[in-house]
Amino acid sequence: MDSKSNAALRTAEPLAEAGTTSGLKRQDSEQPTSPTRNAAQTSEAPRRLQTGWLKTMGPRYLVRIAALIVAVLLWELASTRGFNFYINFDNIPAPSVVGSALITELTGQEFYLHILHSLERVAIAYLLAVIIGVLLGVAMGRSRWAEDIILPYIELLRPIPAVAWIPLAILMLPTEQSSIIFITFLGALFPVILNTVHGVEQTNGVLVRAARSLGASRTAILWHVVLPGAMPSIVAGLAIGMGVAWFSLLAGEIISGQYGIGYYTWNSYTLIQYPQIIIGMLTIGGLGTLCTLLVRKGCNPLLKWQAKGGRS
Amino acid sequence: MNEALANDNRLAVLDHSRLQAKSGTPGAERGRISVRDVDIVFDTASGPHTAVENASLTVRPGEFICLLGPSGCGKSTLMNTIAGFVTPSSGEVRVDGVAVTEPGPDRGMVFQQHSLFPWKTVKENVAFGPLMSGVGSQEANSVARTFLSLVGLAAFENAYPNTLSGGMQQRVGIARALANYPSVLLMDEPFGALDAQTRIMMQENLLDIWREFRNTVVFVTHDIDEAVFLSDRIVVMSASPGKIIADIDVDLPRPREQSLLTSPEFMALKRQCLDLIRKETLNAFKQQNRAG
Repeated sequence: MDSKSNAALRTAEPLAEAGTTSGLKRQDSEQPTSPTRNAAQTSEAPRRLQTGWLKTMGPRYLVRIAALIVAVLLWELASTRGFNFYINFDNIPAPSVVGSALITELTGQEFYLHILHSLERVAIAYLLAVIIGVLLGVAMGRSRWAEDIILPYIELLRPIPAVAWIPLAILMLPTEQSSIIFITFLGALFPVILNTVHGVEQTNGVLVRAARSLGASRTAILWHVVLPGAMPSIVAGLAIGMGVAWFSLLAGEIISGQYGIGYYTWNSYTLIQYPQIIIGMLTIGGLGTLCTLLVRKGCNPLLKWQAKGGRS
Repeated sequence: MNEALANDNRLAVLDHSRLQAKSGTPGAERGRISVRDVDIVFDTASGPHTAVENASLTVRPGEFICLLGPSGCGKSTLMNTIAGFVTPSSGEVRVDGVAVTEPGPDRGMVFQQHSLFPWKTVKENVAFGPLMSGVGSQEANSVARTFLSLVGLAAFENAYPNTLSGGMQQRVGIARALANYPSVLLMDEPFGALDAQTRIMMQENLLDIWREFRNTVVFVTHDIDEAVFLSDRIVVMSASPGKIIADIDVDLPRPREQSLLTSPEFMALKRQCLDLIRKETLNAFKQQNRAG
C-alpha cells in the first residue's frame, strides 16, 4: 500500500506543479493590503489536489492489483498443470502450497528469528554506511584534496559485486557476523557516498554568497546552505543504499551464517524445501521494500520545503 | 486581519538606535563608500578580460545611487567588489574607511532572484542574519517579524519561498538584507525579473523603507526609468571595458510617487541618460567596425 502511494506521488507531481503556478500568477498582481486572502488561496490548493489524486490514481491502483492477481493465477495454473516448455514449473510449488507453508512458518518461532537476525545486520551495516558515507561524501564535495584521494578507491571498488567480497571478508574479519555486516556495509556505502558528493557539488553559488553577506561562517554555510541543498540527493542515496544493503546482506548470508533470511532461503534449497525458497525470496523482497520506504518516509521532514511547490 | 492592522504602524517597531542618523551629527554617519582607481581583470579561456577599468567613485552616507549601463558593462562586477565577493586587480574599495576584503553583514545584498534559502521558511530566511550575528533565536525571530511586517509579508512568515510570487520573494530578500541593519545596501537588479506593475510598486515600497533607514544604497540596473525614479545620483557605465562615463545628479523632490514618471523634469533627466548611453553605444559600434 505504501509503496504504491509513493509511486503515485511521483506521477501526481505535474498536477501539483500546475496548481502552484496558477496560484503564483494570481499572486503576481499582488495587493499588499490583502495578504490573508492570498494565504487562503494557497491553503486551498492541496485539498483540491488530494481529491483529484484519488480520482485519477484510484483506477490505476485497481489495474495494478489486478495485474498481480493475474500473475498469481497464471503461476497457480502453471504449477498444478506442470507447465514445461523451456521454462519448467514441474518442481515449482503453486501459490496455494506456498501459502499454506507460510502459515506453518508464521506459527513457528524459527522464521522470526531469521528475520530478526537479518534486520539486526542490516541495521548495523546501514547505520555505519550512512555515517561514514555522508561524512566522506561531504568531505569529497567540499575539498578537491579529499575527492582526489578518495575517488580512485571508489571507482575501483564500486563495481565489485558483494558476492566477490565473501572470501576476503571471511579472511579479514574475526567473526562470521562481522563478515556479513562488512559485506552489507560495502553495498550500502557507495550509493550514499556518491549521492552525497553529487548533492554537495551542486550547491547553489548565489545562496552561498547570500549567506556570506549575511555574516555566515564556513561552518554555518555548510550547515545552513550546503547540507540542506544536498539533502534531496542524499535522501535518494540513502534509499538506494538501503536496497543495495539488502541484496548484499543476502550474498553474505547465503555463504556463511547460521540465521538470517538469506541463510533460510539457501538452506531450504539444500534441504529441498521448495515452498520455503519462495517464502524466503518474497520475505527478502518485502523487507527490502519496507525498509526503503521507511527511509524515504523518515527523511520526508528534511524535505518538506520541496513538497509545497515545483520551483526551487 | 491582525496582520493587516499591524502593517499600518509597521515602522514603529524598528530599532531606531541602529538606523542612520537623520542629519547633523556627522560622526554618527555610516555607509561612506570610496572606490579608488579600481581595475578588475578576469582570466578567461581567451586571455585576460578587463571587466572594469579605472573606476573611481565616492558615495556619501545615506545616498541612494544607481549604477546604470548596458548588460556586460561591469556594473554588477563593480558592485561585487564593494560587497567583497570580487577582489580588484588594482585600486581599492573602502567602506567607512575600512578596506573591503570579504563580504560582511555591514553590507547587505539583494540579488536578482532565487536567492532565498528554499529550505527555510520566510521567517527563518529573515532571521538568518541576526542569528549569524550571535543573537539568540528568539531575538532573531522577533527581528524577523519586525522586518516582515515592514515589507508587508507578516502573514507569510511560515511559508516556504517557493510558494511565493517573484515580487514577494524579492520583498523577503530585502527584509533579509535589512535585518542586519547594514550601513550599505547593495542591490543587483533586484526587480529585473518582475513584471512592470509589480516593479513600480516594489520601487515605491523600497523608497518608503529607505526613507526610514537612510542607509547608503547602491542599486544596479539597466533600466533608465528605474534609475531616475529611485536615485539621488546616477553613475552611468559603458561596456567593454566597463568605465564610469557620467555622474548625473537627480534633483527630483522626495517622496517620489508614480506620477513623477510623466513629469517634464523626469523626462529631461531620462533624455540626458538616453543621449549619453546612445552616444556611448554608437562609439562602441564605431570602434568595433574599425577593429573589424
